[in-house]
Amino acid sequence: MSAIAVLKGGRSLERQVSLTSAARVEDALERLGHGVVGVDVGADFVQRLDALRPAAAFVALHGRDGEDGTVQELLEVLGIPYTGSGVAACVRCWDKVLAKHLLRAQGIPTPDFHAFSETAFRELGAAQALPAIERALAFPLVVKPAAQGSALGIKFARRADDVPAALVSAFSYDRKVLLERYVPGRDLAVSIVEGAGGEPQALPIVEAVPTSRDFYDFEARYEIGRTRFVCPAELPEQIAAQAQELALAVYRALGCAGFARVDLMLHEDGKRLFVLEANVVPGLTETSLLPQAAEAAGISFDALVERVLGLALAPA
Amino acid sequence: MTGREPPPSTKRDLERYAGLFAARTQVMKSSAMRDLMALTDRPEVISLAGGLPDTSTFPPDTYASLMASVARDACAKALQYGPTEGFATLAGHIAEVMAAEGMRLDEEEVLITTGGQQVIDLVCKTLIDPGDVIVAEAPTYPGAVPTFCSYQADVVQIELDAEGMRIDELEETLDRLEREGRRPKFIYTVPTFQNPAGVTMSLPRRRRLVRIAHERELLVLEDNPYGLLRYEGEPLPPLYALDGGAFVIYLGTFSKILSPGIRLGWAAAPRPVLQKMNLGKQAADLCSSSMTQLFVSAYFEQGDWRSYVGSLIEVYRARRDAMLEALAEHFPREAAWTRPQGGLFIWATLPDYIDTTDLLARALREDVAFVPGRAAYLDGRGGSSMRLNFSGNDERAIREGVRRIGAVVAEQVALYGTLTGAPAVEPPAARPSAAEGLADVLELPRRRTAGDGGRAESER
Repeated sequence: MSAIAVLKGGRSLERQVSLTSAARVEDALERLGHGVVGVDVGADFVQRLDALRPAAAFVALHGRDGEDGTVQELLEVLGIPYTGSGVAACVRCWDKVLAKHLLRAQGIPTPDFHAFSETAFRELGAAQALPAIERALAFPLVVKPAAQGSALGIKFARRADDVPAALVSAFSYDRKVLLERYVPGRDLAVSIVEGAGGEPQALPIVEAVPTSRDFYDFEARYEIGRTRFVCPAELPEQIAAQAQELALAVYRALGCAGFARVDLMLHEDGKRLFVLEANVVPGLTETSLLPQAAEAAGISFDALVERVLGLALAPA
Repeated sequence: MTGREPPPSTKRDLERYAGLFAARTQVMKSSAMRDLMALTDRPEVISLAGGLPDTSTFPPDTYASLMASVARDACAKALQYGPTEGFATLAGHIAEVMAAEGMRLDEEEVLITTGGQQVIDLVCKTLIDPGDVIVAEAPTYPGAVPTFCSYQADVVQIELDAEGMRIDELEETLDRLEREGRRPKFIYTVPTFQNPAGVTMSLPRRRRLVRIAHERELLVLEDNPYGLLRYEGEPLPPLYALDGGAFVIYLGTFSKILSPGIRLGWAAAPRPVLQKMNLGKQAADLCSSSMTQLFVSAYFEQGDWRSYVGSLIEVYRARRDAMLEALAEHFPREAAWTRPQGGLFIWATLPDYIDTTDLLARALREDVAFVPGRAAYLDGRGGSSMRLNFSGNDERAIREGVRRIGAVVAEQVALYGTLTGAPAVEPPAARPSAAEGLADVLELPRRRTAGDGGRAESER
């Protein structure tokens, strides 16, 4: 039986997280009796995969290359089955702007936004439109790169003076950025895993509860000890069900496969839910949300890995 | 076989290990910054981020013959544990190194440690209870930050200027702390060629700092890794020499004058403090490496350590000059930077609308790295500054690295100009030039009011 290649590392800003996710996946695959080859994705990627001819590739590569459809496209060309979403879904989810447009077209609520490329500012005077945007979205507003997996480059602008510097920061990560209406409220994540038959299942909701006072501090949210994760989130039954349905709708609308994590905000009014984004290669570390949600649903990490791999090997 | 029972799926805290972590682990540095820094050691990256001396300047033959002589003359001793305080012979050589900077060492008052970093750790271990105050410089040595945090110290940072720590601000702060009933346990300073700012504390300030320590009976931790790496100007006496060993704990190291790989540093301190530190070291690692202590002793006995330091000075001076020239050529006029007379680092400050943590992400795409200024503060300041190391790369790499950083900075300056309206040209900032006098030049954090109009890089 040929081995499973675990794709990891790479050059993205999430290299470290990816290495941690992959180490855990590799352990699980070994426990499940598979031969495992870890592949740190670099210049020799195609050559190595072609030589290895693995039974399947487990994509544990976060960020650029792993989540934007690049390795998936190459794996298609090589004819190697792989875990998770296909090229099109990766492209849709990685570009938050594209994802939000698609969601909006499907009537799925997502915070109001405007997005611009750097050239719009440089060549078309988009800066002149900022006051109108700021009026429409109101302060504080969130400025973020269109494509960036981690919290890096996400800034709050509390007033007009903050916007240019926030844009400069966001443009450090991507050529396209978005300005988004800030939704005050609770930070929820709904993980989705497909059943053996390919039917997506929403797992118990995880809530990220910041322990630091300044809830504008995005970076703090993802640090151990600065945020507490609670699962299942303490939510009224009806809201929890709504959030899960919404996440499933997102999963289908964007064409995800295998598994994914959908991030939402529950407005402080306690009623309105807004979808922020979907992640096609969610973190798989000890403290990552999807594996924790899976365990809360009675799916062990090994069972999760086995199921996701099984879906890749036996496409519906 | 999953081999693992799922835990009960009732409501539970998902950070399964969170309950096990000590409270001190909760004050760690930003994971985002850590993830960024992890990318700086890709081989294709020109990293101006490290604090690395250039060990390729050490002759391999010398290394081989020294190791051979240790094996021949002291094999069993080299492979054995040693005394916690270190070997007395090495203490003698340490006295020699300190004498080169005008210090007299009582060889009973030295503790040989595993790198200078262990001294910082042991001083904290000996003096700091959670919540105790440490006074440090702003910016401070980034490597001390996790140590201070892990002892849950309350760190108060005092601004620097061209003459080092602002002693007036220090006195105000000490008064304020006293009014609040909080007594700092020690003042941490790198007075000579400061890491990261590159500035050197003036002699009057050194004297005042020592006087304050005596008057207020406060300890000072003088971290002096670079004192012998002076490229110009007259040496200044270390605080330890001015103090006479009463209130100054001196931190020395072989890392920058010989090798960081041997992991050997030392503390010279008042005897009661040293005794406590000795107990702390016993608990930490019993003793430092016998093998490398014997290696260093052999090196001092067989070779001319001063001439090696002399050769390092030649190499690093040329690199510093290359970096200063490259900065003048490639950094926009809105930037300012220090002009160190020695050491390993230059501190550059950009306009405050540039966040150097985000800039690093951009710079990494151009395969160049630096340390974002925030790493040198515990309070989120330093967001527009960066530390640049000039000892770890040759001149060509330094010029290319600075050129690449300059290009991404220029890109962001231009973008900001576009975003804030009609690009305007600022009057040229008084900029440090390589041709200017010998004094350290420093323009530290330039505070601008937000939204003060358009700025753009002029075409040059």
